[in-house]
Amino acid sequence: MFNTLQDLMLHNKSITYVLMGVVLICFVGFWHFLTDKEERKRRY
Amino acid sequence: MTTETQKGTLFTPWNIVAGIILAAGVVVTIMRFTMGLGSVTNLSDNNPWGIWIGFDLLCGVALAAGGYTTSAACYIFGFKRFHGAVRPAILTAFLGYALVVFALNYDVGRPWRLPYPIFYQQGTTSILFEVGLCVFIYLTVLFLEYLPAALEWKRGFDKYRDILVKLTMGLTILGVILSTLHQSSLGALYLIAPSKLHPLWYTPYLPVMFFMSSMFAGMSMVIFEGTLSHKHFHHKMDDEYNLGYEDLQMAFSKAAAWIMAGYLAMKLLGLAMDNRWQYLGTGYGAWWLVEVVGFVALPCYAYAVAYRDRNLKLARFTALWTVLGIVLNRFNVSLVAFNWQLPSVDRYFPSAGEIIISLFVVTIGVIAFRFIVTRMPIFYVHPAYKDSSH
Repeated sequence: MFNTLQDLMLHNKSITYVLMGVVLICFVGFWHFLTDKEERKRRY
Repeated sequence: MTTETQKGTLFTPWNIVAGIILAAGVVVTIMRFTMGLGSVTNLSDNNPWGIWIGFDLLCGVALAAGGYTTSAACYIFGFKRFHGAVRPAILTAFLGYALVVFALNYDVGRPWRLPYPIFYQQGTTSILFEVGLCVFIYLTVLFLEYLPAALEWKRGFDKYRDILVKLTMGLTILGVILSTLHQSSLGALYLIAPSKLHPLWYTPYLPVMFFMSSMFAGMSMVIFEGTLSHKHFHHKMDDEYNLGYEDLQMAFSKAAAWIMAGYLAMKLLGLAMDNRWQYLGTGYGAWWLVEVVGFVALPCYAYAVAYRDRNLKLARFTALWTVLGIVLNRFNVSLVAFNWQLPSVDRYFPSAGEIIISLFVVTIGVIAFRFIVTRMPIFYVHPAYKDSSH
């Protein structure tokens, strides 16, 4: 599948970039999940 | 952990169990120092590091991280309402690190040479030297941070106590720097063994992962230790501690959930950057998923739910869950996934002597903790220092 090291690294980095984009979006969702009940308490 | 003063007897079930462990530990100690490592351990040239490193050192250091996280939250980030929790966290960290050094004396071949790298011949190109130096300095820092409690207990040393109190901020900053250095370096130790550590656990991000995991390990340990302390030493706690106690557990649940989410992202990053996906279908892959999903992702979600619903019971349960997860992670890196290509006959399994010494060390820690908190102002502010408490 990979003929050169360049091919392999390009493949790995491409997948990593996409995954990290997804992770960053998930972080926003997780932060909202974590803090959306805080408004009433406002303790932290 | 009922005390003899409460029950009027030394022969409580806990004391009997502790006594048996201590007696067995003394026997194994004598064997270790009279007949050598080979007489009590299953260590070999293939496996020179066993559970005395994997559990006593790696887990001990990670779980003692509550000291720097709590003091940083209080003094650096300004969460003064957590002040009451600082002393128990510092004491736990101090005892944890002291026992790490104590246990190291069993593990190294010539323990009397332990000070050599610090005072005699510095191996400045070695990661292990950096770990040793940091642990040596940080243990001193933790001792100085703990010392005001001992001086308040003994009285008559107000001058020294006041000097140490004034140094609190400096010691806290030093503690955070040193912890950042050596927590990550413990992970970096395994970077020199790429062919020995299984590819799912071997990643260039190992130092960052060790540091990140130490943060939520420390916080979980503070919650876990606080829960146990509340059960057994409630009578020793003052209003300041009790008022901030639930608040601290909730705040640490939130922080731990958030850091664990970042840690999960790092795990994914390591997998993707090194293209390790194919290993997930193997037996080791299943075990890796047990660790990452069962002991990081699920506790992360549980902490988040506990914080959202202000569910203290769930937070306390998750703290224990996370502590077990950290122990599992350190075991996996140092033992299970280490030397994974060796035939099973050459793989390491701890001997009874090694397990006894590990239990012996933990028992000494519990007894020392109990001795100190029942005598010194750890869970309360000493009445004579109400106005000058740091």
